[in-house]
Amino acid sequence: MDLDLIMRTTQFLGEAALMTLALTAGSLVLGILAAGAIVVARLSRWTAVRALVAAYVSVMRGTPLLVQLFVLYFGGPQIGLTLSPFAAGVVTFGLNIAAYMSEGLRGAILSVDKGQTEAARTLGFGRLATMFHFILPQCAALMIRSLGVNAVILIKGTALISTIGVVDLTYSAQRIMTSSSQPFEVFGIAAAYYMLIVFGLTRIMRLAERRFALPDEARA
Amino acid sequence: MMTPMVELKGLRKVFGRLEVLRGIDMSVDKGQILSLIGPSGSGKSTLLRSVNLLETPTGGEVWLDGTRVNADLKGLAYERHVNGLRREMQMVFQQFNLFPHLTVMQNLTIGPMKLLGLSKAEAEARGEELLCKVGLAEKALAYPARLSGGQKQRVAIARALAMRPKVMLFDEVTSALDPELVDEVNAVMKDLAAEHITMLIVTHEMRFAAEVTDWAVFMDEGMVVEEGPPDRLFSDPEHPRTRSFLRKHLGA
Ligand SMILES: Nc1ncnc2c1ncn2[C@@H]1O[C@H](COP(=O)(O)OP(=O)(O)O)[C@@H](O)[C@H]1O
Ligand SMILES: [Mg+2]
Repeated sequence: MDLDLIMRTTQFLGEAALMTLALTAGSLVLGILAAGAIVVARLSRWTAVRALVAAYVSVMRGTPLLVQLFVLYFGGPQIGLTLSPFAAGVVTFGLNIAAYMSEGLRGAILSVDKGQTEAARTLGFGRLATMFHFILPQCAALMIRSLGVNAVILIKGTALISTIGVVDLTYSAQRIMTSSSQPFEVFGIAAAYYMLIVFGLTRIMRLAERRFALPDEARA
Repeated sequence: MMTPMVELKGLRKVFGRLEVLRGIDMSVDKGQILSLIGPSGSGKSTLLRSVNLLETPTGGEVWLDGTRVNADLKGLAYERHVNGLRREMQMVFQQFNLFPHLTVMQNLTIGPMKLLGLSKAEAEARGEELLCKVGLAEKALAYPARLSGGQKQRVAIARALAMRPKVMLFDEVTSALDPELVDEVNAVMKDLAAEHITMLIVTHEMRFAAEVTDWAVFMDEGMVVEEGPPDRLFSDPEHPRTRSFLRKHLGA
């Protein structure tokens, strides 16, 4: 055990962890917004819109994330879309996780009994008002839980950004490893940072979930 | 002649290849209480749900108090038309469908507040009055999960009444209840009948239908087979299908 190396690596990777955190935050915000849009589109009354979005979700879920990143980052300039590596990461990871998140959100909406919609529509509420006043309040906690699961997957997926030269946790760990030749410690510390980020995010999501859960006396 | 409160003309509904309603003509006057009976699968629920457009009729016309319900409109105009009309005909479901995330009082006030523009105080006053009427004043702050089936159904009736509808539609509202809870719900409906609220009641309780309703319609396989005053229809049915149905349901 080289204590000095561990100290230096911890400090050095701490900065890289901030990059991973920023990448995660950006992708998460984009992902949640895009997931919301996808769900709205999937509930649309136009068949063409529903089909298009369903196809999008299949492609995003059916191809490797790394390939998606390369398509955007290396292929983008070919069609006049030049992005910085960081931006390419945010867009790819955000749009990719959105596909998974949208499935979770849709599942949560579908988990609410159909009778709830019928009761609301019978009172005279429109589609949007029904969603807003009756369906979402009943499935918000479930939505947050599934967003949390996907957010954890997202955090780990951001490691792929190291392949296009962004100085994130994984990239920095690789760099230190080549100079120190003590990969066990170096990657162990990187892993610990990932764990820390996952842990923090999980806690936040759990708080949010509790905030949106129905009161105890409202549960059967 | 008075305009009927609800009128169906040649109502048809097809699910895929299944023709569930095959040309129904029906008319319910203001203040009339009509019972709809028939074997399971004969289309009674589909008929009720077509009246308030939870199902879109395949053909024919639905009228409410002189207004065409299934109007020939498209998109947003249709939505607005339907949302407006639905407020005037409330439905009570077999499975209650109370909103579990809202208290009993909130279940009663959300419609009047958001849709009819009542203030919170006005809506709660209306809610309290209705909860008294169905005998549940003390449950205003409870959540539906804490109520018995009979209590839930009485709240559901109160929620529907809070919209001050022109017509109440009841779809086998006691079928999901334990037998000992049926009477408390029937009692509430009898009170409504005494006030001559226009009601369309799908039921399999012949005794209740005979006691409470002034017109009974027997349906089978998507058609009206026979109709008349309930005492006449139940004691002296003309059609063999009515007879065999009644033998099964009155015999007990
Ligand atoms: N949404 C639906 N899709 C397909 N078939 C349906 C649907 N709703 C009802 N049906 C069919 O229509 C027939 C009549 O159903 P329903 O109106 O519920 O009868 P009832 O209320 O008299 O028991 C049944 O055969 C039922 O299976
Ligand atoms: Mg039925």
